[in-house]
Amino acid sequence: MTLKRFSQQEVVFAIFVVLFAAFALFLPGFATTQNMLTLLQNVAVLGILGLAMALVVIGRGIDISLIAALAVPPGLVLQMVQDGYSLPLSIAVALALALAFGLVNGWLIAYAEVPSLFATLATGLLLAGLGQASLFKLDVVQWSDGMKGFEHLGQGSVLGIPTPIIAFAAVCIVVALLLRNTRIGAYVYAIGDNPYGARVTGIPSRPIIVLQYVLAALIGCFAGFVLAASVNSMPTRIFNSTLIYDVILVVVLGGIGLSGGRGGVLNVIIGTLLIGTMLNGMTIMDISYSGQNLIKGMVLLAAVIADSFLNPRNEETAQQGDI
Amino acid sequence: MSMQESVVRLKARYWPDHLLGEILSKRWTETAIPVIVLFIVAFGLSQAIDNFFSPAALSDTARQAGEIGFVVLGMALVVVVGGIDLSVGSMFALCDFCALYCLDVLNWPVPAVVVATIACGALLGAVNGFLIGYLRLRAFITTLITLIIYRSAYDLLLFGNSVKIASAFPDFASWDFIGTGSLFGIPSVALVYIVVAVFGHIFMTRMRPGWHITAIGGSRRSAYNSGIAVRRTIALCYVASGALTATGALFFAARLGTVGGDIGVGLEVTALTATVLGGITLGGGNGSVAKALAGTLIVLLVTNGLTTLGVRGGFNRMVLAGILLVAAMIDIRWLKNRSRIISKVYVSPTYHFLPPPPSTEVGKGGPFEQNDKLRDVTLIGLGKIEAPEDVILDRHDNLYAGSRHGDIIRFLAPGYERMEVYAHIGGQPLGMAFDRQDNLYCCIGGMGLYRITPERKIEKATDETNRSLYSVNDDSRLRLADDLDIADDGRIFFSEATVRYEMHEWPVDGLEARGNGRIICYDPKTNTTHTALRGLKFPNGICIASDGQSILFAETFGCSIKRYWFDGPKKGSVEIVMDNLPGYPDNINLASDGNYWLALVGMRSPALDLAWRMPGFRKRMGKRLPVDEWLFPNINTGCVVKFNEKGEILESFWDLKGTNHPMITSMREHRGYLYLGGIANNRIGRYKLDNADPNFVQYDRRWGKTS
Repeated sequence: MTLKRFSQQEVVFAIFVVLFAAFALFLPGFATTQNMLTLLQNVAVLGILGLAMALVVIGRGIDISLIAALAVPPGLVLQMVQDGYSLPLSIAVALALALAFGLVNGWLIAYAEVPSLFATLATGLLLAGLGQASLFKLDVVQWSDGMKGFEHLGQGSVLGIPTPIIAFAAVCIVVALLLRNTRIGAYVYAIGDNPYGARVTGIPSRPIIVLQYVLAALIGCFAGFVLAASVNSMPTRIFNSTLIYDVILVVVLGGIGLSGGRGGVLNVIIGTLLIGTMLNGMTIMDISYSGQNLIKGMVLLAAVIADSFLNPRNEETAQQGDI
Repeated sequence: MSMQESVVRLKARYWPDHLLGEILSKRWTETAIPVIVLFIVAFGLSQAIDNFFSPAALSDTARQAGEIGFVVLGMALVVVVGGIDLSVGSMFALCDFCALYCLDVLNWPVPAVVVATIACGALLGAVNGFLIGYLRLRAFITTLITLIIYRSAYDLLLFGNSVKIASAFPDFASWDFIGTGSLFGIPSVALVYIVVAVFGHIFMTRMRPGWHITAIGGSRRSAYNSGIAVRRTIALCYVASGALTATGALFFAARLGTVGGDIGVGLEVTALTATVLGGITLGGGNGSVAKALAGTLIVLLVTNGLTTLGVRGGFNRMVLAGILLVAAMIDIRWLKNRSRIISKVYVSPTYHFLPPPPSTEVGKGGPFEQNDKLRDVTLIGLGKIEAPEDVILDRHDNLYAGSRHGDIIRFLAPGYERMEVYAHIGGQPLGMAFDRQDNLYCCIGGMGLYRITPERKIEKATDETNRSLYSVNDDSRLRLADDLDIADDGRIFFSEATVRYEMHEWPVDGLEARGNGRIICYDPKTNTTHTALRGLKFPNGICIASDGQSILFAETFGCSIKRYWFDGPKKGSVEIVMDNLPGYPDNINLASDGNYWLALVGMRSPALDLAWRMPGFRKRMGKRLPVDEWLFPNINTGCVVKFNEKGEILESFWDLKGTNHPMITSMREHRGYLYLGGIANNRIGRYKLDNADPNFVQYDRRWGKTS
């Protein structure tokens, strides 16, 4: 008897479809174009972060410092503009900061061989601390007149589609092209699949790992721009929130295994859609924030358990340190 | 001897060069980096802050350390088993709530509150444990989800009950003691922590479940294959993590008595930081309570110190992160390169001077003059036996020899064509001897002294001796028991060639030429073992001398034969019988004419003789060259000689072509023949002796019986 094995991606997608259908049937006001756009707009930042995380996770790493990259360089833009610098200069400085931050992360992980979970945990603290201690005057960096025009990134729309969604789509395309159509993308998968094997075959694994974290930091920074533009400020305390866990959930739920080498942009989109649908539906149902989190957690748990039954872990190929 | 050489000699003798490698190879040096970081941090903060170590401040630190320490212990346990527990912060909050709710709202007595809180933590942990252990979900993602679920549950519970809890003022002496009490100046939480930590240490290092946990973390698959209940053990680790977190939360609740939205937020990061900072490897298989404690203290001292210093919140974070990164980098480098450093510094050569050896050249005369007497040996078991280091014959003329595969092989008399595995021991048999009751005693390399009864039952005689007082290496276990002989009263004297190297590394001990060996006495009557002599240069062959009160023993790399009195008027003294031999002496055995046979396993070479006088040269060689390019003692050619107790060489037997017996480690005389064994040979030689007693049987001579 051959039993069709469903991949986690398919399971999650099925849950998404069921959930979506249920909401559309029983929840008035859910299945409207306007609500769909709101839904997508709300999860765009999460989705962009998910893409950054996916890039790293596929290469068998993890980047806990994404939220710092999201908060600090865009916050710096707002702060610099507030202090009278020009917008382009501020953006350039912020991008340079994100670049340097990615380089530090990558160097620590690739060359100093600090485990990625730990390295990014520490560098995230470092960057957030830097912002808090010496860059920003207030926890919420305020919008100023010099930022005029920048808010279109978060609040405008093109052909009726809100720009955050377009930004998300753009990053999706860029990352998909990078992963699917370039040599670097192939290397990322190879490193994630078997780092030692990749190194032995002559792949420049260390520079590629550095590149992953640099790209992740830059994408994170871009997500920060979108966020700042859509709320007209940069709440740097977002670093203390559980947003990073949501990002990881998007990635893992979508089917990108933490052991690396698997998955792609589609998985991130599916994960994002599921989270977005749930959040949106529950918001319409007027469930409290904690209640939403509780339900979200339960659904996620169910998804992960279902996946473990449909795709049991193979003890023979399980790797040490694969947590 | 030149001045310079004298300095080299003195340095090699008195400078404890070998200790560095021995200390580094201790497992506890893995913890060294976190502890050093801890001391540096503590010192730095005590310089920067007045009264940082005042009793009041210490007591306060200890309370927080205890509370977080419990959480870190739980996290460490879970990390060691190969998982991670991100939900500790939320569990902490829920347990805090549970304790205060039971106390303030339900008005339970304090003991019930304690039990309920810990049960609550264990239950929350059990959810994780069930999911990760039994359903085999991934620890990271699972505890991430339970983190969110528990936190939301806490928020929801808090919403309805925070006012009730905040308005209550519990007044129980025992509750206050948990929160703020102390005994002998030590805060209650620290006391409990110490008890738990000591138990945890014993549990992890001395008890079966602790070893199971480490084994699962090291390799889940191997642990499963070796029959460990992997799923249950993992599940129980998460339960323990929950219970430990609950314990921390209990003390926290008793100390502060508040519930707030941010209790336990980010605690998982703190605990994880402490765990990794302490040197516990993410991914499992490596960790200890001491590491968890060191990590906890570092994190706590840094955060407290910076708070006291009044730095801005962000700067506080930066410093913590910076210390984390630097410590982690050093720790990772250290763990990665530790074994490499050890292998570089462990070999510690000393000064070893030998005068020019007596000549062995043909035509120069002298007792060692080479000949070709061993050309005509007959071969026994050619190609059927590997590495017969020692050979021995029983009183029924059967021939016994050890083999590389851990067997004692018996060749049956007469003819020695038929062979059988007499006993399978599992380690390589080296020296052998029969005692009065026909028990075959055998030194097994890497295992110790074993006994095979005439019924072929294998018994361990001894595998340990008393530990030396000042040695860094644990030298109580026998590493390389080499040869033995049995005194008249049944006491067994055997040599242990080296206490610094394993059996297969014996040539490295020759490179070192330090007195690393010893002679050990085992008394079967009392079943006790003690070290008789130590500091010998690779003691090897042993033979009871004619007076029955002393042994002759060979020091292979000392190139000498010495005599040690274990009884009688000269008890305890050691005399040199022969020194400056031209080769490296191995086994010594009785000859029929009252003299002794001695095997020279290899001949000295001028190059190594010179190198032995140059410790620095050999040290550099050990550091810079791969092992197979080191200068090692030659064991490619050797001979058998006969000597007497006065130290005179009477006769020598060579195999010039080197085809039959290029290296000889042992020989036994039996009924007019000499049987030859060699540890690198695939045969046993049988040589017809002229003018030898055709009825000589070593067993009969030794034990005064006739076969």
